[in-house]
Amino acid sequence: MPTFDEFAPIGALLILSVVMVALITIISRLFGPYRPSLRKTAPYESGMKPIGPAVRRFPVRFYLIAVLFILFDIEVVFMLPWAVVFRQLGLFALIEMVIFIAILLVGYFYAWRKGALEWE
Amino acid sequence: MQLPSLSELNLGLTVPALSLALWACILLVIDLFIPRDRKSVTAWLAAGGVVFAFIANLLVYRDPGVAFMGLFVADEFAGFLNIVVLLTAFIAILMSVDYLKRTGIERGEYYVLLLMTTSGIMFMNSANDLAVVFIALELLSIPLYVLAAFRAPEERSEEAGLKYFILGAFASAFFVFGAALIYGATGSSSLPVIVDAVGRALAGEGSSLLLLLMGSGLILAGLGFKVAVVPFHMWTPDVYEGAPTPVTAFMSVGAKVGGFAALLRILLVALPALTVAEGDAVAGWQTATWVVAALTLILGNIVAISQTNIKRLLAYSSIAHAGYVLMAVAAAGTPGVSDQATRAALIYLMAYMFTNLGAFAVAMAIEKDDGSGTSLDDFKGLGRSRPLLAAIMAVFMLSLTGIPLTAGFVGKWVVFQATIEAGLYTLAVIGVLTSVISAFYYVRVIVNMFLEDGEGDPAAAATPYVQWAIYLTFAGTLVLGIIPSLVTNLSGPVALAVASLVP
Amino acid sequence: MVQTEMYVMLAVVLFVLGTLGVLLRRNAILVFMSVELMLNAANLALVAFARQWGNVDGHLFVFFVITVAAAEVAIGLALIVAIFRSKKSINIDELHQLKG
Repeated sequence: MPTFDEFAPIGALLILSVVMVALITIISRLFGPYRPSLRKTAPYESGMKPIGPAVRRFPVRFYLIAVLFILFDIEVVFMLPWAVVFRQLGLFALIEMVIFIAILLVGYFYAWRKGALEWE
Repeated sequence: MQLPSLSELNLGLTVPALSLALWACILLVIDLFIPRDRKSVTAWLAAGGVVFAFIANLLVYRDPGVAFMGLFVADEFAGFLNIVVLLTAFIAILMSVDYLKRTGIERGEYYVLLLMTTSGIMFMNSANDLAVVFIALELLSIPLYVLAAFRAPEERSEEAGLKYFILGAFASAFFVFGAALIYGATGSSSLPVIVDAVGRALAGEGSSLLLLLMGSGLILAGLGFKVAVVPFHMWTPDVYEGAPTPVTAFMSVGAKVGGFAALLRILLVALPALTVAEGDAVAGWQTATWVVAALTLILGNIVAISQTNIKRLLAYSSIAHAGYVLMAVAAAGTPGVSDQATRAALIYLMAYMFTNLGAFAVAMAIEKDDGSGTSLDDFKGLGRSRPLLAAIMAVFMLSLTGIPLTAGFVGKWVVFQATIEAGLYTLAVIGVLTSVISAFYYVRVIVNMFLEDGEGDPAAAATPYVQWAIYLTFAGTLVLGIIPSLVTNLSGPVALAVASLVP
Repeated sequence: MVQTEMYVMLAVVLFVLGTLGVLLRRNAILVFMSVELMLNAANLALVAFARQWGNVDGHLFVFFVITVAAAEVAIGLALIVAIFRSKKSINIDELHQLKG
């Protein structure tokens, strides 16, 4: 289909990478010696010995920090378009952005006072 | 680039809703400095914000217009519903002060969240653009999810919060996708622009008709979840039972007002001309709302009969009442009747607000500190131990049934009138019959109070503020029932305003 | 240029997948991820339509959907963590304290 012309290089790269991986895996299987041992079949060969299961619980503190990060990070969605056309918009939009950030700061101040930013 | 000047934004019209949202932000900070044992100060500050918004609303109500370049309308329709919502918020605060204290969940955030959700409903009443409706919907819902779980770590409350959250988020997704499809068919998210585009789209090829029908169906489903109509009602009894009682009272009225405001405005302003077949006289969504209203009335009223918990009973009763409002919405689909039907829906919502809040306030007074004592058996003997409270509860129950001289009767009267006027005779008959059925379970509460012997004294912690809430709603119920012209005249211009929006 | 219809088809497929996920999954986090999938399907449709109509209404809508979704994530995860702390499970079938 002509509409997909622009994606042709990406498609070629995709096909090439799949073929390459398959080729290398098959060749090494066919011609290389295969002598498995406990160490070799471990998840990270030639790394350090695993000291615990990979799936384990994280302290809930990480979750709090992550949520705060999401909340304050997402506001960039509004700031980026504003910044791109900042010169055309001028003072009016600057004041609007200041109000917007002031409201964000209320939330930040609240989280701070409630101790959400303390690690312990 | 042409930028609007400050005066073009008409910020004055947004003062009622904006001031409340702003006050919520300020109160969040003030509350940090209020000591833990004096949180009732936060409650009074919140109530002050509500009163300010109420007065500001009365001033704006007189002089309607649009703000934010047409995104926000301050017309009589919004003004009337704002009055309903602000009264709800005020009564909910009155109910909360002592309840939070005696159940040990007194935190300042409660009132901040309550103010935020109230401002969300007010934005919903005024929203004139699908994007604004969406933001207002979320501003309404997100604080309510937290409020429903406010009794955490109590499992029932947490469960209510999570259930409400999952189904609410699900419903919001439906709404957004519906809005996306309508935007796709018409090329705009502004309601007054959509109405022109609908006409053009209908004249064009078939695919945009499909998009419009799918889109309005999804929007109907999304808002249907919020106002709890069958088949989107499953969450209601569980959430109403698990949430703290003042929150239940608030959301049984507030969320419905917001949902119906958006529903009416979208259907009447943006989609009145959406017809399925060429040359249909009535709007294409009339059949859908008709069927949903009938199902809601039948299921809500019949399942309510078998309930043994007052909060679950009032939950099913609130589903049924959403059905009566939806009758008016369906009637609004007939072109000549849309004024009258809109007026009926508004009057019904106000009557329902007073009565339902009152019923919840009495139920809350009976409730024990650990959240038990909400069984219908707990009402036994109340007529002897607290005759006044029981008598007032009896009036609320009669008003919910729709007995003359109460607000509920006026509400039902105008709704049935509009339905008949619109020619939906079957629906009107279903409405009357289900009202009769509803008498079974409402009257059972009265029988329990006066004719059955209980184990003596129910907790009846009707502290002064709760009593004020009960008296206020009682007065509203009676005044509206005895002098209906007060409100029927008040909402005359409301319907006219809606009519001026409908081309 | 890819036609708008194809984007909308994809959006519909994603939306249906999300809906099925909400209805069939039992883990609260996965249910919640399915809701996000539905919202993003709507975003895709909005952007595709915005390109078709050549105006910015759709883009504007998408910005708000993204931010509101983030707020929903924060509240939703908080509720799920709270439930997990008291029940040690986030299976939504095990939420049965409230039954009538």
